[in-house]
Amino acid sequence: MTDTVLEVRDLRVEFPTRTGILTALDGVSLSIQRGEILGVVGESGAGKSMTGLAILGLLEPPGRIAGGEIWLSGDRIDTLSEREMENVRGGRIGAIFQDPLTSLNPLFRVGDQLVETIRLHTDLGKEQARARALELLREVGIPAPENRIDAYPHQFSGGMRQRVVIALALCAEPELIVADEPTTALDVSIQAQITALLRQLCRERGTAVMLVTHDMGVIAETADRVAVMYAGRIAEMGTVEDVVRRPRHPYTEGLMGSIPSMHGDVAELQMIPGSMPRLDAIPQGCAFNPRCAHAGTRCRTEVPRINGTGAACWLALEGATE
Amino acid sequence: MNRTDAILEAVALERRFDVSAPWLNRVIERKPRQTLRAVDGVDFQIRRGQTLAIVGESGCGKSTIAKLVTGLYEPSGGAIQFHGDPNRMQMIFQDPYASLNPRWRVGRIIAEPLRTLRPETSAVDLGARVDELLRTVGLSPSDASKYPHAFSGGQRQRISIARALAGDPEFLVCDEPTSALDVSVQAQVLNLMKQLQRDFGLTYLFISHDLSVVRHMADEIAVMYLGRIVEIQPKADLFERPLHPYTRMLLETIPDLKVPNRDRKPMGGEVPSPIAPPKGCSFHPRCPLAFDRCMSERPVRNADVHQGRVACFAAEETRK
Repeated sequence: MTDTVLEVRDLRVEFPTRTGILTALDGVSLSIQRGEILGVVGESGAGKSMTGLAILGLLEPPGRIAGGEIWLSGDRIDTLSEREMENVRGGRIGAIFQDPLTSLNPLFRVGDQLVETIRLHTDLGKEQARARALELLREVGIPAPENRIDAYPHQFSGGMRQRVVIALALCAEPELIVADEPTTALDVSIQAQITALLRQLCRERGTAVMLVTHDMGVIAETADRVAVMYAGRIAEMGTVEDVVRRPRHPYTEGLMGSIPSMHGDVAELQMIPGSMPRLDAIPQGCAFNPRCAHAGTRCRTEVPRINGTGAACWLALEGATE
Repeated sequence: MNRTDAILEAVALERRFDVSAPWLNRVIERKPRQTLRAVDGVDFQIRRGQTLAIVGESGCGKSTIAKLVTGLYEPSGGAIQFHGDPNRMQMIFQDPYASLNPRWRVGRIIAEPLRTLRPETSAVDLGARVDELLRTVGLSPSDASKYPHAFSGGQRQRISIARALAGDPEFLVCDEPTSALDVSVQAQVLNLMKQLQRDFGLTYLFISHDLSVVRHMADEIAVMYLGRIVEIQPKADLFERPLHPYTRMLLETIPDLKVPNRDRKPMGGEVPSPIAPPKGCSFHPRCPLAFDRCMSERPVRNADVHQGRVACFAAEETRK
């Protein structure tokens, strides 16, 4: 058995519109090992959530996977039918979204929602499923779960609700969890609790986690490796240590410089001029070239690609081969 | 601080909200009236040309203060003294999608404060001023004829800033002005705000939940917890020597890019409901230093203790 839980190869997602086909993801390749947290970071519109949705088979039509492959522990899942995908989702892949209120049904007790999911994906009976639900709530750190299991979602605080959503994602002991901005709606002190919980679960159960977020700080403290996305492509991929301390892509470098620091003061924050291109106006060559101070001729004509680790930047790629 | 330096003073400022159940429910279920003390006795001063930042987690009352200062709410107790020209106070809001009228062209949006404050301004002067303001915030005069939907979040926030500058303000209340923006765009807006402060001698009341943004922007920082200011210090001192256990907790929980703390012990507990805050110091259930006195008595900022910068009995014990 291989230790690679998720492998995405050359994924391309398109949205046909009246004015032409928009490419939302272009040649995205990544993999996650057992017990590893891969951070996917980028600004709004970079395609980070889209990557998560494509893996979960939740692209909204007319969006479609137009190329590439998605493999889950040796099984190809992007070609599965909707019905087969329903078993994978919630079964082999758990999902955590930003807003815990929309992931939970407000009309049902959290215990019933957990029991339903557990029974859908396992052979457990009613009593056993309830015992399992209690165990899960305890595991995600809900105090006195026997008193809380019959409460409704609105009776929980934001942080506690997100814990319930994590318990829900864990119901069928998934191989992979896709967590899309799981801490963005929470206060900093609660955010630290939730990321610590994710790390702990990942370590203890060997679950692979894809952590999608805009927050570099969360990535720095939680992920093992990180993929930086820009305009539907992966701009840089590497260990957190490398990407945070020694960014090689000019975009990553600019992104790091624009985050106000907790150490030392600067009169001005570093700025990246301009903004991310819209999907219908992605420039030729490297998508970052109009904003890049180092862009050369090749950057304006040819798309730089990375295979595995490194920066998708002609300067870095050519520097490496010289 | 010399009193004449202060452009704005809040004295024992309070704002309560009635959050009782409807009358019939109260009668049938015998429930008492309930009040939420969103702002519960707050004192601060803002010096001319400086930035006071208020930080805290959701529900701590920081946005209520912004609304009290700008007069959108009436105080339930205490007072706000503004020693400037009330017509020269403006506000920048968090959500640049909700704060601009989608049916108005950008030029009209920016001219609106001028039209209201100085109705005698001629159309030609108005147009010239709008062009100038658009240039000041890094947009182009041709943008005046476009509608807000044509702009990105960062550009919209620049439009909000241009509108705030239209009436030639001296004091700006900024409620989470960059929270809805991406970091690279946030950097552009923060740099612009700092530059405008230098150029026009503006005073800012800057409300944010993000301590790293506040560190970049503020001269003085007030930390709020459940409607009260628990600590207020000049920026450098606050980061160098935080006095309140809550401030220390906040500083510890911020993920740090340079020195990530991957095995942190996260702070337990959550902010209690502001409807039924704990007795004594409202932070005591989460405080590692709490002792008997904290559970029964409410600490206040005391001029003898750390120059009145902190409301904490544990800090009083170690006073210097």
